[in-house]
Amino acid sequence: MNHYPEIWGRPRDDIYGPYNSSYLQTTGPKTYTQSPAVTGTSVIAVKFNGGVAIVADNLASYGSLARFTDVKRLRVFSDSAVIGFSGDVSDMQYIHRLLGSIDIRENYSTHGNMLNAKNLHTYLSKVLYKRRSEFNPLWNHLLVAGFDEDKNPFLSSADLLGTTYSAPHLATGFGAHLAIPILRRLFPEEKPLEEITKEHAEAALRECLKVLWYRDARSLDKYSMAVITAEGIELKEDQVIGAQSWAFAESIKGYGAQIN
Amino acid sequence: MVGHGVSGMLGEDGIHIDMNHLKSGEVNLGTSIMAINFKDGVILGADSRTTTGAYIANRVTDKLTQVHDTIWCCRSGSAADTQAVADIVSYHLNMYSITNNESPSTQVAASLFQELCYENKDALSAGIIIAGYDPRHGGQVYSIPLGGSLHKQSYSIGGSGSTYIYGYCDANWRENMTEEEGIDFVRGALREAIKWDGSSGGVIRLVVLTARGAQRHLYLPDTDYTGPGVTN
Amino acid sequence: MTSIGTGYDLSNSVFSPDGRNFQVEYAAKAVENGGTAIGIRCEGGVVLAVEKIITSKLLKPDANKRIATVDRHVGIVSAGLVPDGRHFVSRARDEAASWRSVYKGPIPVSALSNRLGSYVQAYTLYSSVRPFGVTAIVGGWDSEAELAVDGQVGSGPKLGSGGKVDGAKAGGPGLYMIEPSGLYWGYHGAATGKGRQAAKAELEKLDLSSGNLSLIDAVKEAARIIYVAHEDSKDKEFELEMSWVSSLDGPTHGRHEEVPRQLLEEAEKAAKKALEGEDDDEEEEQEETKDSGNSGERMEE
Repeated sequence: MNHYPEIWGRPRDDIYGPYNSSYLQTTGPKTYTQSPAVTGTSVIAVKFNGGVAIVADNLASYGSLARFTDVKRLRVFSDSAVIGFSGDVSDMQYIHRLLGSIDIRENYSTHGNMLNAKNLHTYLSKVLYKRRSEFNPLWNHLLVAGFDEDKNPFLSSADLLGTTYSAPHLATGFGAHLAIPILRRLFPEEKPLEEITKEHAEAALRECLKVLWYRDARSLDKYSMAVITAEGIELKEDQVIGAQSWAFAESIKGYGAQIN
Repeated sequence: MVGHGVSGMLGEDGIHIDMNHLKSGEVNLGTSIMAINFKDGVILGADSRTTTGAYIANRVTDKLTQVHDTIWCCRSGSAADTQAVADIVSYHLNMYSITNNESPSTQVAASLFQELCYENKDALSAGIIIAGYDPRHGGQVYSIPLGGSLHKQSYSIGGSGSTYIYGYCDANWRENMTEEEGIDFVRGALREAIKWDGSSGGVIRLVVLTARGAQRHLYLPDTDYTGPGVTN
Repeated sequence: MTSIGTGYDLSNSVFSPDGRNFQVEYAAKAVENGGTAIGIRCEGGVVLAVEKIITSKLLKPDANKRIATVDRHVGIVSAGLVPDGRHFVSRARDEAASWRSVYKGPIPVSALSNRLGSYVQAYTLYSSVRPFGVTAIVGGWDSEAELAVDGQVGSGPKLGSGGKVDGAKAGGPGLYMIEPSGLYWGYHGAATGKGRQAAKAELEKLDLSSGNLSLIDAVKEAARIIYVAHEDSKDKEFELEMSWVSSLDGPTHGRHEEVPRQLLEEAEKAAKKALEGEDDDEEEEQEETKDSGNSGERMEE
């Protein structure tokens, strides 16, 4: 018997050796960070005179497998904003439900849901930042489209680290490489927003999607487009990329010197 | 499937197919599973092979698991994980039917499965297909792949063997098939999956869920998967 | 209530020798002093209405709402202690959110009422708490359409699911009233608060179980009934607050909302007019009220 009551009744180290705790959890930080499993590719959006247009294709990939071809990645929030999600689909569903619960809570007051797209973007960026700080990120890069408190078109981005940035046109994923240069050419910085019509914006987005369909190996030719104006949100799902250019393949023969 | 102590593989697309995710020596359902909608309800189907590495731990496994009267699931991934998840869901659906005095819908079952798979995605390797029949909604098929997202589908295929039959299923799928056509479709697809996937094999088990309840079918390899057919 | 003062009324959770819980009965007394609240359940939806006694001219008209929304499809109105009612609503919202987090869909009105009944009942069991000083009326609409799981992606077969049973009816209106004891029943028409006797008598005349009353008529009847119930406290001014929840193809699309201003004013005007014409046979009515006092009709299912 010794003076350490916590040891009483236990096997003595000097006789049995120290307790082998190796089967218990090893020390080290608790880890969450996953890698995304089922993912969506680019989202692209453009501001125009009186609103914002946003597109995303309907594919959820599982690695290189085109696993689900009917996944709508543009989500409408309470007639005031559209959110386009790229990245993990399960986290997209989580955020969608989170927004649903916020909408319910906002509607408890008599004036209803007053959150605009800008408020929503601020909120989401904080959710994303909080989760990355817990080393448990929500694996998404999202674009929020709508209006700010002055009724001006609003478009901003937030990613899985909580990084935010804003521009008259934005794209996530492959789109950041392929679509942004096209949009910069079509809508140069010096061109005022007032000169960009809704039709311009829609056509530009369709053109970008087509390039992505040509060059992004995780893309699909079925897509959704949402246009948000003062009149409300117009969401078209199950669109198909048209006017594709493939016939020139006929003139491509060999890979260099070959003639026939 | 990767054997003992062999590290997970980084796919060419950068997606980590993490077979290390399986605790070492864990029993894995390297599997072919599927579920389809048809005219009167849903049909679930699965092979019967369970492997530890290259060794077949069980050659007559039942991967079709009942979680309520006419709500069933197909399990793929870790046998231990998916059994635990199915047991928990089964408990909750039982409680649901008692406290609410009505049978849970397939949506309720799918929601419960998803909650567990999503919130514990770091600890689980489970790919589950849920199929159920209820009088109000008819037959429904939901798929929950690895990350824990929920997808409603007209038909769903899963497990390692499914990658070999995407083409077969897409080419042969028709909506609103009769029961006989549906059974032929599932049996034909699983037969191909078993043929090409080393981690799938054994017998083909089916469950048909309709207003009449649940009916089991069995098809054996030595009879060229022609019978015996209905077993209950 | 002759045995007041025998000591058995001082603590909650203590029975009197004749098997009563006085604290609960006193709570019911608190309810009886509150402004009348009613609920009407008809084929097309549910209407809730409350007589809001104006306690001060300094209060802003049309503010200080007494009917609350829970989730999107349920409304709660209560009679009795207003702060108790607020806490009750808060609990209801938590229950609805909790249901949603597990089942990814709206809580059925019956399940919500059941949970709230259990919650209120628990407050009759402990000496450290007092029972709720409210009787609450819970009205809502369970969607008759097939609901997607919250956040769902994908849509299943284009033709829709096979094997549905034709005419399998689902969803519909729900109306429940929860008393301080935790007792709750489903109702066709429910009334509580000061003018409940008169209101119940009027509700019974509507023959709600026949299913002939339209939702718009129910709004008008609800307004009229609150005005009738107010007759006994004519000296006090009051404000009428009304909300409704309809079927998906109805005016509120399955959501619980305030009755639009125009319709409310129309209903109030009709109510006042009906009352003027009824002044003659008022006494007769009072007699009738006493007979049918405590019978709340149980909802058929």
